[in-house]
Amino acid sequence: MGDDIIVEVKDLKVHFETKKSLATDLFHKDKKPLKAVDGVSFQIRKGEILSLVGESGSGKTTTGKAILQLVKPTGGQVFFHGEEIKSRDKYYMKGFRQKAQMIFQDPYQSVNPRNVVLDIVAEPLDVNGLVKTEEERNERVKIALEQAGMIPAEEFYYRYPYELSGGQRQRVVIASSMIMEPDFIIADEPVSMLDASIRTGILRLMMDLRDRKQLAYLFITHDLSLAWLISDRIAIMYLGKIMEIGEADEIIHRGVHPYTKALTEIMPTPGVNNRGKKRNVLPGETPNPTERINGCKFFSRCYRAQEICKNENPDLCEVSPNHFVACHFAREL
Amino acid sequence: MALLEVKHLKTYFDTLKGQYKAVDDVNFDLEYGEALGLVGESGCGKTTCALSIARLLPKEGKIYGGKILLEGTDMVQLSDDQIREKRWKDVSIVFQGAMNALNPVMKVGDQIAEAIMLHEKIKKEDALRRTERLFELVEMPADRIRNYPHEFSGGMKQRAMIAMALACNPKIIIGDEPTTALDVMVQAQILNLLEKLRRELNMGLILITHDLSILGETCDKIAVMYAGKIVEIGMVEDIFERTAHPYTKRLISCFPNISKDKVIPAGIEGIPQNMLEPQPGCSFYPRCHLATDLCKTEVPTSIEVGKKHFSACHRASEVLNGR
Repeated sequence: MGDDIIVEVKDLKVHFETKKSLATDLFHKDKKPLKAVDGVSFQIRKGEILSLVGESGSGKTTTGKAILQLVKPTGGQVFFHGEEIKSRDKYYMKGFRQKAQMIFQDPYQSVNPRNVVLDIVAEPLDVNGLVKTEEERNERVKIALEQAGMIPAEEFYYRYPYELSGGQRQRVVIASSMIMEPDFIIADEPVSMLDASIRTGILRLMMDLRDRKQLAYLFITHDLSLAWLISDRIAIMYLGKIMEIGEADEIIHRGVHPYTKALTEIMPTPGVNNRGKKRNVLPGETPNPTERINGCKFFSRCYRAQEICKNENPDLCEVSPNHFVACHFAREL
Repeated sequence: MALLEVKHLKTYFDTLKGQYKAVDDVNFDLEYGEALGLVGESGCGKTTCALSIARLLPKEGKIYGGKILLEGTDMVQLSDDQIREKRWKDVSIVFQGAMNALNPVMKVGDQIAEAIMLHEKIKKEDALRRTERLFELVEMPADRIRNYPHEFSGGMKQRAMIAMALACNPKIIIGDEPTTALDVMVQAQILNLLEKLRRELNMGLILITHDLSILGETCDKIAVMYAGKIVEIGMVEDIFERTAHPYTKRLISCFPNISKDKVIPAGIEGIPQNMLEPQPGCSFYPRCHLATDLCKTEVPTSIEVGKKHFSACHRASEVLNGR
């Protein structure tokens, strides 16, 4: 493996304690951990976009937060530039947080409504004490805003968030994360609150920054077609585990795992091709994540399920170059 | 006679800053068993349209003109008492946040039975029995009517809401972003269900959404709204394959299509116009790549470009021919 791996996640686990009743709490009876992330591994290279796709509750956001140590991982390791993250070392973490940034879903909630754009974008500089003079601060904000497509930047300096449209707000959020010149960005559903016509502008911006600065992205989304459009590789998550990971086209057009196939089959496409076709919906519902599942997590909804799936958890195995599937029958499918 | 005819509907909001023309001269009709998709971006007036049909507008909103003919009866002219009779029996709405619309401290079955008893003079046992049948109709086990909302998943709550909407055999069901907050798999289940119901019960369905990609497989007709107006309306095939309005064309291209090339779409530059200060001319003019001087000054009227296919654009025929 080359040196260009920015982030590597090995067997990452995040389990949350769930509160039952006071009685069970007191006697430690039957404590069920909620396994939000249950053994996730992947690498992201320089200039690469990896999409993490899954339904709500599959653990994709928790994975993102655990990488940045915003929630404490229960187990596993995270490497940044080949070095394991030292979450106890405050000085190290300060530097790490500058180089690894997160963009959240809702631009209406992730900016302070009582700050003007200039202060919102400059806040990371102020917090880290990186600029000495007013001119330097303004200069860096200007560059960041212009990179985020807010031109002319000066015109937006003294505007409040409510004076901006949804797309502009998300650009401000991007500008404030870009001002630290990070190597790695976790984008958690960055466009799902935006209208379709504005969405593409933000996507273009993210792609453009990737091309110019060779950023690595972890793109978290529930929208498979969006993931296909922008990412190099896609990882499909279900109940805290990666079911399949590989090149975007490979996953969409030649997916192997029964869950991936179910998802791609019902994926809505604009047009009349699927007109009147009955959607093949998976039977049942996603099990509660506190339920203990010894075998394959997808067992209860899988048409291929056998005895072995019930008892044994399948590991990811390589079905074609760089295409891994966690299924006992991966090679037959 | 069509099930529903909306003619020159004008719904305006009176605000402190002036009059906001949320729905401005909208026309469409709906047959029995037909599904119409109403698509547009946030603020284009699609929800206001639905609320006008059910006469559920907030107090600032008023219908200033037009007709809403439901089997020939003009909903606009009815008094509040008369409309209360019609609502739920003739028209019912399933909202986007339906999951939060259930009363958390009341059993789901009791909530649905309550709605039935308000509209029909029947005993509670009978209402509950009907609720059980409704649950079967939406493919849920009948004994779940005795559960509380927190015992349901998001998809099940939405099903319960659909069951409730069906309680009095409405002629029209309006789904206002009924699947937006749901996962793709659950979304597919709900869409399958709505499709089955409208076929079996011969209901009219109006599906309101910002997601154009789900309409192609669900609806018969699509109406595209922009800034309070329907800019294009036609059969699904017309909208997708014989597009006759530049906005529709750009909007379709904004949705990724896995069977086509992988290019990031151009999007649409600019933002919709401020409807408190409407400009003369076509409302899409500032964002349109085909705009001419005529578009700047004159509002385009809706012209028929094909059979039952209308476009409100001065250059509709050019767009139709591939520009």
